[in-house]
Amino acid sequence: MSNEEIIIQGPNIAHGAEAATDHHGHEHHEQHFIWKYIFSQDHKIISKQFLFTGIFWAIVGAMFSVFFRFQLGFPDSTFPIMEKVLGDWAKGGKISPEFYYALVTMHGTILVFFVLTAGLSGTFANLLIPLQIGARDMASPFLNMLSYWFFFLSGCIMFVSLFVETGPAAGGWTSYPPLSALKEASLGSGIGMDLWIISMATFVVSSLLGGLNYIATILNMRTRGMTMTRMPLTVWALFFTAILGVLSFPVLFSGLILLLFDRNMGTSFYLSEIFIGGKALPHIGGSAILYQHLFWFLGHPEVYIIMLPGMGMASEILSCNSRKPIFGYFAMIISLIGITVLAFVVWAHHMFVTGMSPFLGSIFVLLTLLIAVPSAVKVFNWITTMWRGNLRFTVGMLFAMGFVSLFISGGLTGLFLGNSALDIHLHDTYFVVAHFHIVMGVSAFFGMFAGIYHWYPKMFGRFMNNTLGYIHFFITFAGAYLIFWPMHYEGLAGMPRRYYDYSAWESFKSFQGLNAFISIVALIVFLTQIMFVINFVASIFRGRKVLNSNPWSSPTLEWTTPTIVPPHGNWHGEIPEVHRWPYDYKDDGNGNDFIPQTRPLAPGEESH
Amino acid sequence: MSGFISIALVALVFIIIYQIGKASEYAGVLRGEEKVKVQTNRTIAWLLLAFFILGLYGLWECNEMFKGRVLNISASEQGIEYDRMFNLTLLVTGVVFFATQAALFWFAFKYQSTEKRTSFFYPHNNKLEIIWTTIPAIAMAILVAIGLRAWFNMTSEAPKDAQVVEIVGKQFNWLVRYPGRDGVLGKRDFRKISDADNILGLDWTDKDNMDDVIVQNGELHCVLGKPIKLIIGSRDVIHDVGLAHFRMKMDAVPGIVTTLWFTPVVSTEKMKQITGNPNFVYEISCDQMCGKGHYSMRGTIIVHETQAQYDAWMLMQQSYYSSVHKPAAPEEQKKEVKTDTVKVVTMK
Repeated sequence: MSNEEIIIQGPNIAHGAEAATDHHGHEHHEQHFIWKYIFSQDHKIISKQFLFTGIFWAIVGAMFSVFFRFQLGFPDSTFPIMEKVLGDWAKGGKISPEFYYALVTMHGTILVFFVLTAGLSGTFANLLIPLQIGARDMASPFLNMLSYWFFFLSGCIMFVSLFVETGPAAGGWTSYPPLSALKEASLGSGIGMDLWIISMATFVVSSLLGGLNYIATILNMRTRGMTMTRMPLTVWALFFTAILGVLSFPVLFSGLILLLFDRNMGTSFYLSEIFIGGKALPHIGGSAILYQHLFWFLGHPEVYIIMLPGMGMASEILSCNSRKPIFGYFAMIISLIGITVLAFVVWAHHMFVTGMSPFLGSIFVLLTLLIAVPSAVKVFNWITTMWRGNLRFTVGMLFAMGFVSLFISGGLTGLFLGNSALDIHLHDTYFVVAHFHIVMGVSAFFGMFAGIYHWYPKMFGRFMNNTLGYIHFFITFAGAYLIFWPMHYEGLAGMPRRYYDYSAWESFKSFQGLNAFISIVALIVFLTQIMFVINFVASIFRGRKVLNSNPWSSPTLEWTTPTIVPPHGNWHGEIPEVHRWPYDYKDDGNGNDFIPQTRPLAPGEESH
Repeated sequence: MSGFISIALVALVFIIIYQIGKASEYAGVLRGEEKVKVQTNRTIAWLLLAFFILGLYGLWECNEMFKGRVLNISASEQGIEYDRMFNLTLLVTGVVFFATQAALFWFAFKYQSTEKRTSFFYPHNNKLEIIWTTIPAIAMAILVAIGLRAWFNMTSEAPKDAQVVEIVGKQFNWLVRYPGRDGVLGKRDFRKISDADNILGLDWTDKDNMDDVIVQNGELHCVLGKPIKLIIGSRDVIHDVGLAHFRMKMDAVPGIVTTLWFTPVVSTEKMKQITGNPNFVYEISCDQMCGKGHYSMRGTIIVHETQAQYDAWMLMQQSYYSSVHKPAAPEEQKKEVKTDTVKVVTMK
């Protein structure tokens, strides 16, 4: 029982997780504090560690975007406050071009990898997989712990790179060579780039340890009666996320190691016929395009690594709050499989204008547009799930609906970019920025927010504040559209992305007012996210307590544990047995509108 | 000081909002949670509906605001085909966009929880699934077919009579090389590059290089209605030749030669009239992140009305060889160049 008491006292959990992220040792409340909360092997604690670290990085990454947005929106003004934060990189309150690109690069890297991969999958795979399939922990709790600590190490290295003299990597989150391979090409290609590569390589290790564990757990550790086709869609989604990561991250790893060799050991994998810094380099025979193939072989599946958990959680939350089964459970699984398989064979649509063979390009056009089919099926199924439901607008539900709305908006613009003939004009313009921010940035964030609001009671035994949640939702939802919708128009005019200043361009300078507008909205949305973090942290201590162990009336297994989930084991006594699918939202005969998975089928009742 | 005040203000606003949030929670407990839940649900449903309607209005306003400035008239033959295909795709996606978003927000409003409502147990319907798998599949097949036809047109071999120009990116400007009167671009080698007297590494043992003209301010001259083929290269990192008005784009990759071609159909002068902007100029933007000066890597395209105008401009250009070998060059060589140009004129 003593274990349980410690968990009940919210503050200790927070200390544990904070100490884990911030590394400042706390006085030891009891003997095993370190093993219980820092080097913990309990999947629930590890999940919180991922979440806290993810939130830390999200604030950093988002703050960077506010900085460079202000430079972009107001190129003629100075912001002394920036000099205070960024030091010499923003002398006189104006960001230097080199550091502008460093900020852009770090914003992308941090949000794609640290927040929307580790922060999202790490949090929810760890929390939900064991709880929803009925396992006491992960297949290997030790590897699970290592997964977090490799991620932590990777974050530390990236953090250090922010402070080196030549600045962090500045070649974009894709870090294409030769720009990223040659120190002469840019300040950011100095030591900052090496640190970026090492950090990313460490991150790959973390991701593989985590992913293998998730797969092993789902395949082997389901409780009695929990067949694969009785798993909630969250688990299915996290399963395919893990498969995508395990199969594609190693390719990124190899690409990065070759880049490291090119940088430091004189190899020529990516370099050929280059004259830079006043002299011709000896490299011949390499191909800069090879890196892009290796990078995007991860880079594209990565998009789905980010999206799938959100899809799974949105399915679960939409169904629960519509009080209606998810429409087309099997169609949802099949479309997940379709997306997973296709995700591996569309990578070159990022490279239509690299000069690759038009014939090869045409194959990728076909495969890319094919992905629209399973995506469309998912959207139709979500909407049909809401049809004739009994909709409860919890904050989680709103974010899940926002997820669907944004996924539609961002997904449709993918049809322009995936079609090579249309991509020619739109490639690397603000149209692309708008597309991927809506479809994988904001919408994945919405999936994550939905998950946080929905499973917060499970994590901390308390609710987040509803009113603040609603404010958070509406401002973020409106803000997302206000920021990214107009960017499509800029992109249609051909406005290139990653520009520090457009004032010299006859074709693009008329968008200056719009850029300023977007920057202001971005600041407001950023402050709203800070409010979310305040709500998140304060609710750990002050939130309304969860009295009912199943506050959302959900049939899935995670709500059959005690309100405060016991560490290491999850259930007192035996793990419950599962008898039915996870979406039985129908009259149970006792006035409830759902039947938990643990209840045996009534005589004469057909299983799904 | 003002910085601190604004931070303090923001903090104050946070505290106030947080207190309101907490207060509403307590008030909810006092007034009966169930009752408040029902009311909140109704309010949110209305807010969502309002959001959707305001969103549509905003979308319309946004369109009005940017009407003339996006996808302005295409300046190339390929671009006209591009615009047609773009509009078709816009139509298809637009219909899907409005239908799905409207359904999403309308269902949210229509089926909001009330005390009387119970949900309809409707787990699956294979017929529906098949319908909405097939229809998108067919739509995609059509888009792919149209797209690929345009794609193969755009990436096909340039016509034989196309004007050939080489454009090379370097940090941070464009170098444009014209083949001179022999119509042939001579060989070049990156090992021969020197910023002082051979910026593209032209091989002086290749006679074809002698009359090649290099324009260093990134000015690309071409003729209305005459196809132009760009031979694209890079000296250092990856750049990208972005031609927004011509709906064309191609990477410049060191070690690899890429090409693109298009046929300009609107001259620079004409475009000045169309846009009503006397400063109008076709711009070449670098569309691939290439370092700190990426945003300033600007070239221009001048589309001449007639071949004669182009030739007149060409006449004023000096071959790169003669421009860099001027100090060392003896008098006779200079003369030679002069006679050469005269010859061109008489030949035409």
